[in-house]
This record gives sequence, C-alpha cells and structure tokens, in this order.
Amino acid sequence: MTSLGPYASFIVTSYTLVAAVVVLLIIWIAFDYRLQKERLRELEASGATRRSGRQATDI
Amino acid sequence: MTLIDLANPTKFLSLTARVLPWLAGATAILLLIGFYQAAMAPDDYQQGATVKIMFIHVPNAWLSMFVWGVMSLAALGTLVWRHPLADVAAKAAAPIGAAFTFLALVTGSLWGRPMWGTYWEWDARLTSVLILFLMYLGLMALWRAVDDPSRAARAAAVLTLVGALNLPIIKFSVEWWNTLHQPAAVIRMGGPTLDKAFLIPLLVMAVGFSLLFVTLHVAAMRNEILRRRVRSLQMMQASQQAA
Repeated sequence: MTSLGPYASFIVTSYTLVAAVVVLLIIWIAFDYRLQKERLRELEASGATRRSGRQATDI
Repeated sequence: MTLIDLANPTKFLSLTARVLPWLAGATAILLLIGFYQAAMAPDDYQQGATVKIMFIHVPNAWLSMFVWGVMSLAALGTLVWRHPLADVAAKAAAPIGAAFTFLALVTGSLWGRPMWGTYWEWDARLTSVLILFLMYLGLMALWRAVDDPSRAARAAAVLTLVGALNLPIIKFSVEWWNTLHQPAAVIRMGGPTLDKAFLIPLLVMAVGFSLLFVTLHVAAMRNEILRRRVRSLQMMQASQQAA
C-alpha cells in the first residue's frame, strides 16, 4: 500500500465512517429481526394464531 | 417459484431465508476485493492519495439516488398495482438509502476539504443531495407518524414520487449550473474518462455496495413483514378480547 500523504486523516476518517455506518446498519437490522421474532414468540405463547392456522413464528 | 408468487409475503419470507446467506457472502467477498483494489490503486497525479475517497464516495452517491429510484418504483406498485410488498419494499429501503446519502455527503465533504479548500459549498449538486437526505428523513418520519399502514403507504408513495423529481436535478446539476463538483466521469456520453487503474476498483466497489444494499434491503423487508404480522396478531388478539 502506498503512503496516504498529507491528507491521510481525511482518507482514514472517510473509510472508518463508512465501515462504522455499514456495521451499525447490519447490527440494527439483525437486532430488529430478533426483536420481531421475540414478539411473535410471545404472541404465540399467549395463544395468538394466524388466520391461516399456522404458527406466528412460521416462515 | 414465479415472480407473481413473490407477491405473497409468506413465500417471500421463505425465499429470503434461502437467498440471504448467499447474498451476504457475495457482498462480503466483493467488498473485500474492492477495498483491496482501492488500497492498491495508484495516487492521482493531481489529487494524490485523496483519490481513494472516490472509491467509497461515488458508490454511496450512486446508491443514494438508486435507492430512491427503487422506492419510486415501489411507490408506483403501491398506488397503481396495490402490490402487497410494494410499501414493505419502500419502507425497508428508506433508512438504508438515508445512510448511503449521509455517507455520500460526509465523504464528499471530507474529500472536498483538501481538494477544494472547503467542507461545504451551497452549490447545486451538494444542495440537491442534502435535500435528498432530508426527504429520506421526512419519509421515515411520515411512516412513523401515521398509525394506519395503508394510509401511511399511500401518503409516502405520493411523497416518494414527488421527491423523484429531485433525481434528474442531482444528476444533471453539474451540467446545468456552475458548481465546484466535477462533472460525471463514468456514466456519461462518450464513455468513462477515468483511467482503468481507478475505474476497475470503482466499479468493483459500486457492485459490492449495490449487493450490500440488496442484502440489507431483503433483510429489512423480512423484518418489516414480521413487524406487520406482529401488528395484525396484536389487533386480532385485542378484538378477540373485546368481543
């Protein structure tokens, strides 16, 4: 890799920021998925059923 | 499975379970290759190493507009065909598009400071992209503010289509007005003006970030379908308890 020169801080900040935002997006989506599955499990445990008769957590 | 089957949220969910691992794997591989190529790309004769910011700024800028384009198609799906997944697709895409637009603005600003001598200039390109970012935030607020999903879907679809008018303004702003921002160097009449040493890593990164969008979008759509399932089950339960 070549030297990043006098503006290395701008380059490193840009790449770090992009990586941080992408990781945050991935974590947020994964957390949201777990949250929705948890809510469906709770609803299923309380006796809620879908119109089709399938379980709430069935995909 | 035919395309029409995907209109069924349950069938769409079963498809996402199968394709998401492959999409995530392909995205990771392509982005790794792209980041390696970006690191190894030579310095530009004028910009020096700051040209490396281009490899992340340009894909995010393209995607900021592409995602709104996807949302506009979904808005047509909501208003014209009343496709059951259209609003799901638009709502799931908005935060991802907002993130790409935010990154395009900030990386552009960090690229502009050493090259133009300023972080920000109220010129046509920068201002129209800032407006796009604010429209993303506005749409997300609208979906949250309206309780009834079908009413929210129609209002958001209309706003999305109105906002789509901003896309050609962003694209052609560098040609219509005097601006600090450089004109198009890749998607232009007469072909790209970039040297292959920069063009190839840029295109690899662009495809990698596009795949990243598809992966995140499919996963976010899955979440949105499950959220709507939670809501309908809660409503059914509430009405059973009231009866």
